[in-house]
Amino acid sequence: MVGLSAINPQFLYVCAGIFLFAIGLWGTWLHAHYVRKIISLNVMGAGVFLTLIAVAYRGEHLPPDPVPHALVLTGIVVAVSATALALVIIRRLEDATDE
Amino acid sequence: MNEAASVVWVISLPLLGALLATVWRQYAATIGWVSSALTAGCAVWLLWVVQRAGVQELALGGWEIGLGISLYADGLAAVMVLMSSLVVLGCSVYARHYFRAQRQHELFWPLWLLLATALNALFLAGDLFNVYVTLELLGISASALTALGAKRAALRAALRYLVVGLLGSMLYLMAITLLYAAYGTLNAVQIAEALQVDPLGWAALLLMLAGLALKMALFPLHFWLPPAHSNAPAPVSAALSALVVKAAFYLVVRLWFEVFAPLTTPLLANALGALGAMAVLWGSWSALRAERLKLLAAYSSVAQLGYLVMFFPLLAVLEGEARQWLFGAMVLFALSHAFAKSALFLAAGILLQYAGHDRIRELSGTTQALPLTTFVIALAGIALVGLPPSGAFLGKWYLLDAAFKTGQWWWVLVLVAGSLLATAYVFRLLGHAFGHLPAVKRPVVAATQEIPALALALLATFGLGLGAMSLWSWLAHTGTGAGL
Repeated sequence: MVGLSAINPQFLYVCAGIFLFAIGLWGTWLHAHYVRKIISLNVMGAGVFLTLIAVAYRGEHLPPDPVPHALVLTGIVVAVSATALALVIIRRLEDATDE
Repeated sequence: MNEAASVVWVISLPLLGALLATVWRQYAATIGWVSSALTAGCAVWLLWVVQRAGVQELALGGWEIGLGISLYADGLAAVMVLMSSLVVLGCSVYARHYFRAQRQHELFWPLWLLLATALNALFLAGDLFNVYVTLELLGISASALTALGAKRAALRAALRYLVVGLLGSMLYLMAITLLYAAYGTLNAVQIAEALQVDPLGWAALLLMLAGLALKMALFPLHFWLPPAHSNAPAPVSAALSALVVKAAFYLVVRLWFEVFAPLTTPLLANALGALGAMAVLWGSWSALRAERLKLLAAYSSVAQLGYLVMFFPLLAVLEGEARQWLFGAMVLFALSHAFAKSALFLAAGILLQYAGHDRIRELSGTTQALPLTTFVIALAGIALVGLPPSGAFLGKWYLLDAAFKTGQWWWVLVLVAGSLLATAYVFRLLGHAFGHLPAVKRPVVAATQEIPALALALLATFGLGLGAMSLWSWLAHTGTGAGL
């Protein structure tokens, strides 16, 4: 049996990342409720970040490429702030009484 | 002072203003308009520097390209920065009075200046990841500004705007990941040099186009634009319609003509152009049927962005000098729409404050009560229809000319139909505004509100139309070709 160990781990990570990205995209597009949309967007973001981290891998004996790591950090900060803003707006919407 | 400093100042001045406006809330309005005025001054300086000394490239903090933040200013970027700074200045002068005696004004200024920062940083970004960061800054500040409308409709529009913006940025970020995996760099120029025609390149291009089409509200992804642009406070609507969608369009232009040049086949360009044509027809038709002035203006933006995309299939087949003229005409059309649409939204804001509503059917007597505001609406209308001497007229003229020269006559049909529909919606609006009502009271409207709107409308209708020649010479200094 070839076994999983024969598969390049980087390839597995990239595939998982793209899979998460696709699930997130699907969820963002199809779910009507905004909290679900926000969660889906975060899943999508996780997919992109996972792919970026996998891209940084340069083999067993080399240190990983730092640039994608820096991008992931920036991306996480952006995703957290955007999620926070979205949640605040959702709360305001629930509290709003006009109409 | 160092010439390259002009690149830094157009970004750091509004950023500094945003910080100061957050700290000294009581002086927020003053800080806001002073820093926008200084930024506009620096934008003129930047254009002058690019004219005289050519393309400016800057690696911030001395970090080499690939690690640090790189800024890149060529003719096109400088023109876009000037456009955005002038519109922001006009809206800032207007907003001082608009938000007077409203609780939101303290919240408005920091966000507003951040929006200006994000726009200028986006136009000057030299690598694709900086573009992502500025896109997110732009999306978050624009959505927060929309939410200042505070009504349920505004909040819902802001939320949808935010989600759509995030979705667009995620698609864009995935494309960056693919490009980095393939070429090991994020610098636009380096990727352009290394790019190969392979499935990975196609995937990156399509992901980026999808993300940016969502952000620039290209038909059929325009669904979020009308509610967001029509429910925001007037100066915010003006900037959203005039500048924020233009920023996404600017990125499409950059990526299409510079980074992905080997992949952009005439077939793809025609597909994009077809979407543009549908945007023109659907947007203009919806604007004609709109019941509210701000909704009309928002749908008209969908149509105007469609025209901009219709330039692509013609640019794909033209070569040499004819292509340069057409490229300049496209930029001219974008500028003309920016000034005209911001003027229209500012005028709509005055109308809304005066009448308490913006229902087009009930606008009778507007001309008697608000003559200058109606004049602004008419001037902006001229530029939206594309009548001479507006900049849009020249833009459409070159589009028409190129369509005939290349034998792609079907674009002419769309252009004619779109312009007729635009004439209809502008004259329907003016027809109601000119309706006579006995004894209308003249309200006291602050000159600081009417004059910026008038200045922007005059820029679109006369300034760009009559002074258009210099635009082509400004664009001559556009780096990596920009199709030139």
